[in-house]
Amino acid sequence: MSGFFRFIDSSVGKKIVMALTGLFIILFLVEHLAGNLLLLLNDNGKIFEEYSAFMAGSLNIPVRIVEIGLFFFIIYHIVNGVRLWWGNRVARGFSYKVNDPSENSTFFSRFMIWGGTIVFIFLVIHLRTFFFPYRLGNPSNTMYEGAVEAFSNPYYSIFYIIALIFLAFHLVHGFQSAFQSLGIRYNKYTAIIKNFGIVFSILLCAGFALIPLYFLFNAGGN
Amino acid sequence: MNLHLKVWRQKNKNAKGKFVDYEAKDISTDTSFLEMLDVVNEELIKKGEEPIAFDHDCREGICGSCGMYINGRAHGPQVGAATCQLHMRSFKDGDTIVIEPWRAKAFPVIKDLVVDRSAFDRIMAAGGFISVNTGGAPDANALPIPKDVQESAIDAAACIGCGACVAACKNASSMLFVSAKVAHLARLPQGKPEREKRVMAMVAQMEEEGFGACTNTEACSAECPKEIPMDVIAQLRREYIRAFAKSEEKV
Repeated sequence: MSGFFRFIDSSVGKKIVMALTGLFIILFLVEHLAGNLLLLLNDNGKIFEEYSAFMAGSLNIPVRIVEIGLFFFIIYHIVNGVRLWWGNRVARGFSYKVNDPSENSTFFSRFMIWGGTIVFIFLVIHLRTFFFPYRLGNPSNTMYEGAVEAFSNPYYSIFYIIALIFLAFHLVHGFQSAFQSLGIRYNKYTAIIKNFGIVFSILLCAGFALIPLYFLFNAGGN
Repeated sequence: MNLHLKVWRQKNKNAKGKFVDYEAKDISTDTSFLEMLDVVNEELIKKGEEPIAFDHDCREGICGSCGMYINGRAHGPQVGAATCQLHMRSFKDGDTIVIEPWRAKAFPVIKDLVVDRSAFDRIMAAGGFISVNTGGAPDANALPIPKDVQESAIDAAACIGCGACVAACKNASSMLFVSAKVAHLARLPQGKPEREKRVMAMVAQMEEEGFGACTNTEACSAECPKEIPMDVIAQLRREYIRAFAKSEEKV
């Protein structure tokens, strides 16, 4: 392996990769939320459909490039995360009979692989409901109608909201951890980064949760 | 006070270990944890049994040898203290205390509570040093170092290499130890000549020894008897990125 690949595959480099891909996915989530909130406009999805047609346009080259990057980074983030988790499990070897990690670390910091796994399962189902039929298939209705239909199902909406809670768990640790992994930690910023990350994670996931909640209690959207 | 102990007993490196129950009777609340074990061992010796093997040396919190996992915590419940600085007043009469050795693939158990921490020595040998001319003592103020820089270097240098960071970390990562050494030397002018080589070599050796990767749970710093702060780990990352960026190796 040459220098660069050895660097990103070292124990320090793997975390740098987790941080950069994670922050990229966070940026995507902000954009995704901003777009999806158009679903809540009381216009039967007119503006949302214009937005999604623009984002899905085959001539929208910058978005197509970023989309390929996004899929690559998501897969890299997952594979790298599983490799880190497995390597770290092996490093312990023999487990303690009595262990009390709640005294020295947060629940969120120890839950990353499990929160991540739940978010991954959510992602697969999410792509199956929206991305594959509406982007790659021949849909019989508009994406707006598809969203209304999917979220009118209380089980589907509740599953979404639960997955979003786990996403918030993942981000509460992930956001501040990304900065630490990149070496960005100076006493005067630590509290700001940590607190901003917590508020951001809650607001982001609450924003996404608004959409299933809206359609669940307002079936049909009008 | 009387206590019930569950102690990990393992004959040697290759033997299969198990927990054995002991009773510690009439222990003064003023005894240290190690003295309590001494009392138990005295009883074992009187009965002709093998005493519990545990590492200890200075018994004043500076040598870092008395590593043991007590009731699920590295060095027990006392914050910022090694096992020798833990006193029995931290426990209640009738408590059950589970005592285990450090658990990490890179720290194999030698006997009972004693683990082989020579992995740390090999990490230090890989780069945890500076090159200076020996000879006469240099003039005290020949090399000006601002007080804040000197203090932050000494904060990192407080690491005693006890291995509590590895023991407490869910990933058995030695990142806090390695970072403390790297930060200590990188913060001082004497450490500059080997700055890039050092961080690369020490991280490579850390991986070679089989320690895990740091996932920023911060358990290490919370359990460190010398309370080494997390910012040394951030500094190691910066040093590592810097060393890679400056290296002459082909991309």
